[in-house]
Order: sequence, then C-alpha cells, then structure tokens
Amino acid sequence: MSGAEPKSVPRLSLDRLSCVYGSFTAVDQLSLDIAPGEFISLLGPSGCGKTTTLRMIAGFVRPTGGTIAMDGAVISSPQGSLPPEKRQMSMIFQSYAIWPNMTVAENVAFGLKLRRFDRESIRGKVQSMLDTVKLGALADRYPAELSGGQQQRVALARAMVIEPRVLLLDEPLSNLDANLREEMRFEIRRLHDKFHFTTVYVTHDQGEAMVTSDRIAVMNLGRLEQIEAPYLLYTRPKTRFVAGFIGRTNFLEGRIEGERVVFDRFDLPRNLFEKERLEANGPVLFSVRPQNISLDRGPFSEDSPVRLKGRVIERVFLGESWDYIVSPADSAVRLKVAAMPSQVFEVGDTLWLKLDPQQMAPLKE
Amino acid sequence: MSVAESPVQGATLHRGPLGRLRRFEPASLIWVLAAAALLFLVATPLVRLLISSLQATDTGTFTFDNYVSAYGRMRNLEALGNSLLYALEVTVLSALMAVPIAWGVSRTDMPAKSVVRALILGAFITPPYLGAIGWILLAGPNAGWLNRAWMAVTGSHSGFIDIYTFPVLSLVTALYAFPYIFVFTTDALDRVSSEMEEAANILGAGSVYTVFRITLPLVTPAILGGAIVVFLDTVALFGTPAIIALPARIRIMTLQLWQYFEFPVRAEVAAAYAIPLIAITLALFWIQRAVLGRRSYVALTGKGGSRTLTPLGPWRWAILGYSLFVVSLAVILPYAALAKAAFSKAWGLGFTLANLTFNNFYRLLAEEGARRTILHSFTYSAAAGCLAVALALLAAYVVNRKLMPGGAILSLLCMAPLVIPGIVLGIGFYAAFASPPVALYGTALILILGYSTRFLPIAYVNCAASLRALNPEMEEAVRILGGTRLRAIARVIVPVLKKSLLGTWLLVFIPATRELSTAIFLVGAQTRVISVMMLDLSENGSFEILAALGFFLLGATILIVLLGYKIIGRDFMLRRS
Repeated sequence: MSGAEPKSVPRLSLDRLSCVYGSFTAVDQLSLDIAPGEFISLLGPSGCGKTTTLRMIAGFVRPTGGTIAMDGAVISSPQGSLPPEKRQMSMIFQSYAIWPNMTVAENVAFGLKLRRFDRESIRGKVQSMLDTVKLGALADRYPAELSGGQQQRVALARAMVIEPRVLLLDEPLSNLDANLREEMRFEIRRLHDKFHFTTVYVTHDQGEAMVTSDRIAVMNLGRLEQIEAPYLLYTRPKTRFVAGFIGRTNFLEGRIEGERVVFDRFDLPRNLFEKERLEANGPVLFSVRPQNISLDRGPFSEDSPVRLKGRVIERVFLGESWDYIVSPADSAVRLKVAAMPSQVFEVGDTLWLKLDPQQMAPLKE
Repeated sequence: MSVAESPVQGATLHRGPLGRLRRFEPASLIWVLAAAALLFLVATPLVRLLISSLQATDTGTFTFDNYVSAYGRMRNLEALGNSLLYALEVTVLSALMAVPIAWGVSRTDMPAKSVVRALILGAFITPPYLGAIGWILLAGPNAGWLNRAWMAVTGSHSGFIDIYTFPVLSLVTALYAFPYIFVFTTDALDRVSSEMEEAANILGAGSVYTVFRITLPLVTPAILGGAIVVFLDTVALFGTPAIIALPARIRIMTLQLWQYFEFPVRAEVAAAYAIPLIAITLALFWIQRAVLGRRSYVALTGKGGSRTLTPLGPWRWAILGYSLFVVSLAVILPYAALAKAAFSKAWGLGFTLANLTFNNFYRLLAEEGARRTILHSFTYSAAAGCLAVALALLAAYVVNRKLMPGGAILSLLCMAPLVIPGIVLGIGFYAAFASPPVALYGTALILILGYSTRFLPIAYVNCAASLRALNPEMEEAVRILGGTRLRAIARVIVPVLKKSLLGTWLLVFIPATRELSTAIFLVGAQTRVISVMMLDLSENGSFEILAALGFFLLGATILIVLLGYKIIGRDFMLRRS
C-alpha cells in the first residue's frame, strides 16, 4: 500500500452492494467501510447474505449492484470484478482447504512462491509463521496426519504469511469441537493483535464475533442491521432483530406520554432514560436484558420510582442462575429475569423488582 | 515483488472495451479450445456420416437412394433381424449366468467367493474375440477338443456341439458379456439392507419365497440396467461375429456394414445402414435411464442397514458348483485350449513332446512386424488414455465450474460416443478424417483420436465424479493466494485427483488395447494393432501364433490390472461408475 494515501481512505469500502440471484436477493444495498487494520465480523443467521458478501469481497462472486473499493480503487462492480488472484487478499475456508498433496511447509510456502520470494526468505518466513501458530515441529507432515485444530492453524499460517491486504475468514471454526473452538477464538484475536491485518470474519456464532472483533456487523435478510463494537451492540441494540439475536432479552412495549413512559399498568419517569435516545411522543419498544432486572423479597430499601411489585409465574434452574418469569404490577407483561442461585423464590411468590431505565434500549422496528 | 509495496491501482478495473478485454482470462482460451476439440472429435464424424448417407456416391447430390439400397434388400433386413435376435439371446443367457452368481456372492455364505470373483474379472478382461477363438478350438465341429473328447468317450462319429451355429454363437458371446450384469447386480444387492429380508421372514416367508418376492424384485432395475448394456454391446459387436458368424454364413448387421467397405466400397450405403443402429442405441439408453432413474426403490438409495449373509446349508455347494461351471466355460476351458495351441506346432495334434514348442512366442518377439504391432497397440492406447483423460477433465471442469454458457452441450458431447456403436464410429471417422482436407488415413493419429473418442464417456463420467467429490474451496484457496485457475488445476486438482485420474486412464487404456471395431476401419499398412492382427491370423487359420498373441495381451492386461489394484485399490474394474 502506498503510504502517500490519506489515512481517511478505508481499506475496504462496500457501497450499496447488492447480489441478486433470480428472484432471490442474497445481499441488499449493503454499505460498510472497514479501516486499515480493523477486525470486522459479519454476523447473522444462515442465509442472511454474510457469506455471499465475503465471496464478493474475495472476488469469487460478482455483485449485481453497487461497488467494492479497496484503498479507494474499485475492484468489484456489476461491470466487472478483479479476479481473486489479483486482489492480494487471503482467505480461510470452512473446510480449511489445506492441499493434501503438499506438506504443511509447502502449503504455507505456496503464496510466497507465487510472489517470487527467494528460497531463503521463503524458508525463514514459513518457519517463523509456523512457530507463531505453534506448528514449528510439524512442518514436514502431510495434512492427513494432522488433527482438525492443527489443520486450522495451517490454514491460518498459509493465509497470513503472505501479509494480505485483507484477510477473509469464512466460518473457520464451525468444523471444530466446542473446546477447540473456544481456544481458537482467542488464538485468532491474539494473531490479529500481533499482525493487525485488516480482517473480515464471517460467523453465525455471536460468541466468536464478540471475542474476536473490533466491530460486529449484524446482517439479516441480506441487509445490514447494525454495526457496532461488541459492548455497545449488546448494551445498545438498535433493532428488534439485533436485540433478539445477540444474547437474551425481553421486549417491552410502551408509549411516551409527556414526561412519563407508560407501560401496561405501570409507568416510569422519562427523565431517567437516556434523553437523546427517546423520540417524541408515541409508541416505543424497549429491549431489557434479563440480568438488568433485580429481584428482592421485601421492598428495596431506597424509595425508587423504578421499583415495582411483581409475582413469580414460572421458574427454571439453569445451574449458573435462576430464570424467573415475573409479571410486574399484575399486568399481562411477562419479564424473564436472571437471578443468582442463592435467590430462591417459589412460583406464586410476590416480590419486588427493579428496572434500570439506563439499560433499557429503545428499538426501531 | 512484495505484497506491501505493489500498488493495486495497476490491477484495478478499467471500464469500457479495454476493461472487458482485461477481464478475459487467458485460461478461457483453453476452455474454448477443449470445446472445439470435442466438437471436432465427436460431432464431425456423426454429421459427416449423416451427410454421406444422404449423398449420391458419385455426384454427391442429395438422395434417399442409399437408404433404399440399404434397407430395400432382403438380406440386409435379415441381418438386422438376426442382430436383434442375437442380442436378445445373449442378454437372456447373460442374465441367467450372472444373477444367480451375483446373489451367491453378495448375499449368501457361498464358499470361495474370491476365486469366483477373480475368475469373473478374468472373463471381464478377456476380449470377446479371443474367447471366441478359444471356443473354436474347443467346439470346432470335428477338430474341437470337446467334440474329440466326446467322440473318444462315446464312440460316436460326430461331435455334440458346433461352434458355427446360431445358439452356440450366442452362448459364447454371453460368456464374455455376463460380467456386466454381474457388476450391476452385485452392486445393487450389496446395498439392499438385510432388514428388508428379515421383515419378510418375521411375517412367515421362507428363504426361497423371500429371495424371489423381496430381494430380486428390489434389484430388478439394476438387472435391467445391466441387461440393456449387454444388449447394446452385442448389437454393436463386431469381433465375435467376424470370427464365428462369417464362416457360419450367419448374416449379422455389423458384418454387412464391414462388407460395404470391400470392393466396390459403398461408404454412403454403409452410412445409411448405420444410422438406425444409432437410433436403436439411443432409444435403449433412454429406456435404461428411465428404468434406473426410478427412485421408488428406496432400499437402494440408503447405505444404512447391515447385511447378514443367508446360510444355504448344503445348497451353498450347489451355487458354488454353478458359479464354477459358468466361469470354467468362460475362462478355464478356453484358456486351456488357447494354452495348448500357443505351445503347439499344430494345435490339432495331440499332447506329445514332439508337438511342444516355444516357437510361437519366439516368432512374435522376433518378427519385426509382430513386434511393431504389439508396440502400436500399447502406445496408441496409452496416448488415447492421456488425451481422453485430459479432454474429459477439462470438459468436466468447465461444466462443473460453469465457466462457459452451454456447459450441458459439452457434457452431451462427451457422453455421445456411448450411443455410437464402435463400428459406426469407425465408419464416421473414416468418412470424416480419412480423406483430404484432414487426410489422416494410415496415420497413428487417426487411431489415437478414434480410441479417445470411443472411450471418452468412461473418462468423462469418472472425471466428473471425482471433480464433484473435490471441495471447490481447495481451488479457491489457490486463487485467493494469487494463483490462476490453470495453476490451481496443475498444482492442486491434478495432484489431489492423481489416483482417480490414473484409474480413469487405465479404464480407457485397457479396452483400447483390444479395441477392434473402431480400429478395423482406421488401421493402415504401417499402423496395425493387435486386435486387427488377431483377426487376420484367425482368417488364415494360424491359431497357434494367435493364441500366443492372446496370452501376451492377457499377461499385459493382468499386470496392468494388478498395478491398478495396487495403486487405486481393489475392485476398480468391477465397480459400477
């Protein structure tokens, strides 16, 4: 990359990107900028268009609308698409796609040979990359002799050793068992902290996206729902889909009426909410996380406008916590509340619950 | 060049005609060339054949006269009828031989299964015309060994079996055709879950009732599929009729076709006579696909379910006896007769030391002409194997990756030779490529091209199956790291598919070494091959050298098949693809 370019130019810029197959719209008007060195996850349920987006970035699929630019130059458009081999990217595939006819070292060296490095520097780069992914001792093995986790590391080494302008990962952990998956999440983040390659990571697993990403782009039905840092995505979801897809939540319908926010048989003062996020009078939908509601047997010691009387409707013990379904103020509303294992209530008990308006995120439908 | 420094701008898109040109991958040229080669090899002979059949011999003007003279004569119609009857008899006999053995091998505790399988493979790799020659030595009206043994034992003045009759012709042909039905049937029987049979048993059905009401009906589509292959093969068969039916004066369609090329050559009438042969083949293939395509036989779709072998008690010796009877007719007896001839000065003389000689083998190796003929067969077949595999792989790749519009046409072209009888393909090649402007007559190339085209469907089916089994991500990984499609093919696809490509090559190479019906029209004085030489030796009655040559071919084939077993794994020949 030429250093003369201004810093403000994103590494990748997706501009109203669309991909339509016949009557099926896989990706719909997606716009997204990715800064150099940033780690972005495309997160969504299967069929949401995340893999198609990744394959358009890689150059395997040509968009039917919009453009992709890399460092300001258009590389994909409906008129044409720079072939994958000219994009100086690299990719980690769901199947790893480790070539079984080559040793670990030959797999990793492949991209370097294409770039005409001399033998000495290829050997050096391959060895140091294999050491980085903790495979230094297995350089001469064939892929069939490796475990799934080791193959995954070969795929990482092969993709990173060429110092790609953009590193693409397509559900790379979906074929690993649960423990290994956990470990590899942190490994991928560790490698990103070491090399700072611009990375686009496709996954349907929110845990993976949370651990690895600088920002997460949540996709649904081919559209971008929200793009945000993991913490803000969780605490400040903007759409009903995002609130429901990331973590567990309650949806609470209310109305803004002057200085009050009115719910079914109870209301809360409007000034306790984050002001700038509540719009003018009218209906409003909130997302409330189960762990942001607290329970107590007696009334809470301080006299607070956010405490409500409630009744336990159902309960489930999950080991690490209780899940109570509580109805506040004898309304038809059912709230799921997570409580410590020591907080034991029976079904039918009356209790007090406390809401935190700061943690109630208003949603757009 | 270092990645970090190379400017991407130089490689970005340009709009307009220049941009369009830049998007044209150089590899595309190769796809286009492969498609053109297929069109040239497959479509040209067929179109040429069709045109010839509609042209007057001398003037070249449009006419239906060729069809009139081909089908207006009683003897030609009789040949057509004989051919169909011949194929029908062979099919029925083959099914009677194959199905019981297949059931015994696949689903019972019959002993010595591996011996039976090995001998059936032996029948499979025996060129039918070689088997026919073995049977001339066994069942010649007076001199045949079986007849002589019969006369010695019974004191009768004439033998009990005559090779030069229609039923024996059918029997001998069936002995080398039944392995097809065997392969289809065992393949299906291996996939029928024993639970199907047990469900009938628990309801009170006995073993025999179960076999006839449950097991066999379940595999009927497979049996029919194999039977149609046998029927088609027999209609198009040239070698065995040339050796047996010709001296017996039995009129057979393929022989009539051949005779049009004796003086005076009437290629146009031959073309007209051949066209319905393609139509028959096409119709039967369509029926076969319809039969095999029926998915109502769910038992055959799943791999699940265990298979327990039916205990036959003493009857297992009966089914083994039947199996050994069939394979001894197909393999043991004819090869014994051929061995006797190969080591004899004159095959009709008895087993005396004075009659023993190695001279037949020696002459094959010593004579320049014989040596070159053997060399031709193997080199042409090897080259044809390479060409067929390369073309089939490229075509399968283009179709699988949807690189060109009209991929379906490409796969149709690759599969088309399946419905062209070898002798018709030979005539088509002769008509299209023998004379100027292509003028390939008498060259090695026309034989190599002929073999490649003839066995292209085998290569294509295998290449397409291997490509489908290969994860496309293997190739995408090459491309995203900076390699082109061609590099992906050369560095990843071919090395990864190495074994199955080698297997495919063998599946082309082996039948090409004995191919007769295509070769008969395409060989020149300098390009003789083993199969044609065998036919000539048979016409001259030189059965001793012929037998030696047969053993040479068989030995080479066995070596190659063993090599294939070692590299690719057992059963690569007896597998249905």
